[in-house]
Amino acid sequence: MSSVVKAGPGLSPPVAGQAPDDSRDIPRNVTAATVDYQLTLLGSLVGSLGLVWLLYTQVLPFSGPIGFVICWYVAFVGLFAAVTAVQHGRTIVLDRVWMAVITGAAALVGVALIATVTYIVIRGWAAAHHLNFITQSESAADQDSPLTQGGILNAIIGSLIQLGIATAITLPLGIGTAVYMVEVGGRFARVVRTVVEAMTALPDILAGLFIYAFLIVALGFERSGFAAALALSVMMLPIIARSADVALRVVPGGLREASLALGATQWRTVWRVVLPTQRTGLATAVILGMARAVGETAPVLITSGASTFYTWNPFGEPMNSLPLYIYTAVRSPQQKFIERGFGAGIVLLVMVLVLFATARFLARSKAGRR
Amino acid sequence: MTTLIDLRPAGSSPEPEKDSPRAIRKSLSVADRIFRWGSTGIGTVVLVVTGAVGLFLGYQLIPTLHTYGLHFFTQTQWDPETNVLGIAEVLLGTVEVAIIAVVFAFPLSLLTALYISEYAPWWLRGFLIAMVDLMAAIPSILFAMWGVFLINDHAAYVSRWLNEFFGWVPFFHVSGGEPRAAVFILSLYTSSPAIAGMVVAMMVIPLATAVMLGVFGQAPLSEREGAYALGSTRWGMIQSVVLPFGRGGIVGGTMLALGRALGETVAVSLILSQNFDVKLRPLEIGGITTAKLIANYFNESSSGQLSALLAAGFVLFAITILVNSVAAVIVSRGRSGAQTEI
Repeated sequence: MSSVVKAGPGLSPPVAGQAPDDSRDIPRNVTAATVDYQLTLLGSLVGSLGLVWLLYTQVLPFSGPIGFVICWYVAFVGLFAAVTAVQHGRTIVLDRVWMAVITGAAALVGVALIATVTYIVIRGWAAAHHLNFITQSESAADQDSPLTQGGILNAIIGSLIQLGIATAITLPLGIGTAVYMVEVGGRFARVVRTVVEAMTALPDILAGLFIYAFLIVALGFERSGFAAALALSVMMLPIIARSADVALRVVPGGLREASLALGATQWRTVWRVVLPTQRTGLATAVILGMARAVGETAPVLITSGASTFYTWNPFGEPMNSLPLYIYTAVRSPQQKFIERGFGAGIVLLVMVLVLFATARFLARSKAGRR
Repeated sequence: MTTLIDLRPAGSSPEPEKDSPRAIRKSLSVADRIFRWGSTGIGTVVLVVTGAVGLFLGYQLIPTLHTYGLHFFTQTQWDPETNVLGIAEVLLGTVEVAIIAVVFAFPLSLLTALYISEYAPWWLRGFLIAMVDLMAAIPSILFAMWGVFLINDHAAYVSRWLNEFFGWVPFFHVSGGEPRAAVFILSLYTSSPAIAGMVVAMMVIPLATAVMLGVFGQAPLSEREGAYALGSTRWGMIQSVVLPFGRGGIVGGTMLALGRALGETVAVSLILSQNFDVKLRPLEIGGITTAKLIANYFNESSSGQLSALLAAGFVLFAITILVNSVAAVIVSRGRSGAQTEI
């Protein structure tokens, strides 16, 4: 009995010499934290904090918050192991140390993610909380204007136009390819699948460089929003085709067979049974591809050129977009332009979040219906 | 053959009307034929377009090698003005940054995936998985901004510390960064390949974590329960069931991350300050990668130099495809890919 009570988040191995005094079959507590475990954890956290505070800030010649947190963490793991070792054997000590290490690493990644988002929001708030930031174009302000003048509406429009064209191109092609690979099949389909999967490895900047060399240098077109949309399409197409392929492959074969057995043609089976079954899966694939494309900087950087005024015509004129605006802004030495860049970062983040939330919502509503 | 007839109950007479089967047409209907031809056509178009990108890039190797010879692979400088172009240092820098990124990303994504799949409370798990997916969707330029304005300066102190105490290891050495220098020059330590690699790591962590989460989730429940039943602790169970089972996914996910890290442009382009010196001192300022080279030079290249850029891009693409294919094979060959017996 007593060994069960002592068990930490893991389990204690049966302690030799402590024969169970009753024959009742009590399930071992596998995950719940015991008092012993909680006190050890709390004591180690506080103890290491005090120790490191004393040594780090008062005794040793160190400084800086990052170093402090690292030292605290290392001291905590050491103390946690030592205190556990007083009561338990090697197995439990290892279990707890790894628990601390794994949780710490996950927390580090989480903190880094939160830090990225918060940092951009904090730095960009000064520019983005003025309404004119999303209702005026860049040309409404020059470099000395206060943040209450000028905005990035032209870049937002550019991004939306480019994303719209790229989606209009890749949506039918991507899903059509997936339908071909799954429903028609054959040896040629396997070749297509291999090539499509290989092309998902294409570094994003090469998609832009290909369009630049082919369309702009070789064929002599101007840099334009359309060229940027084509570059985004080259990048998006394999991604969408591949995830749509995955979505269609999980459609149960029985559904197809039932439809065919009722006398439907293959075309009607695909159109009325296979595609509707995976409607949400396909939508998720497309939306995640869009979320990826809207934030892509490298292809746009090479192909679109930049303008500071409204551009509605995607052909033959340079057209700015959000990632490109940010890229230009953060490379500039002017503090105000950098702040505007961070403001544009918030807008881009919101766009990606909206797309992402839509995809999650679709995926969830599908799960709920089942 | 006749046994079939013998089995009939005696006295039953054959039906007056024979049940003739419906004729089955072997040829497809018109709609199906259009569907098949149409979808094959779309597949062909996609094959041609995506294949053309690869072929177009690969084709550029021919004029490039014709102009610059095999020195293209050994020359370290890329100087469009004197027309001396080579990708030796560029490739070295690309691999250096990518490997640093994976060195940071591998332990972090492995431990994060273990936390989410084994340690996180059940009500938090779905949220954390969504966060990993969200992290993968955050545009790389936002991570780049974070790296340039926030991490660059702070990480420089860590670089200085490493140089001060481990500078005798060539890998950690920073030339000009004397350990006890009277004047401390922070700018020696900023904009280095190590810092660029750290920021790229942020972008590839969600990719690797997602792959590892996938295989850890497939680790058979019966074996987990078996480990617990034998008195294992949670770590013991992870060590003996989850990690061996997920080995393919761990290696494969890491290699996918490496493939992504090789092609990363914006973060590297913003953080790294350009430098063609052949050096393997990642803590020191300056370096170059293929993607950064393309972003910097595509505009001011003559047509011959443009095809050299495309050829450099093709070499990068070839390396990335190789890494990804090996990753795909490893992921599918591991035990994780197979169904388990209950």
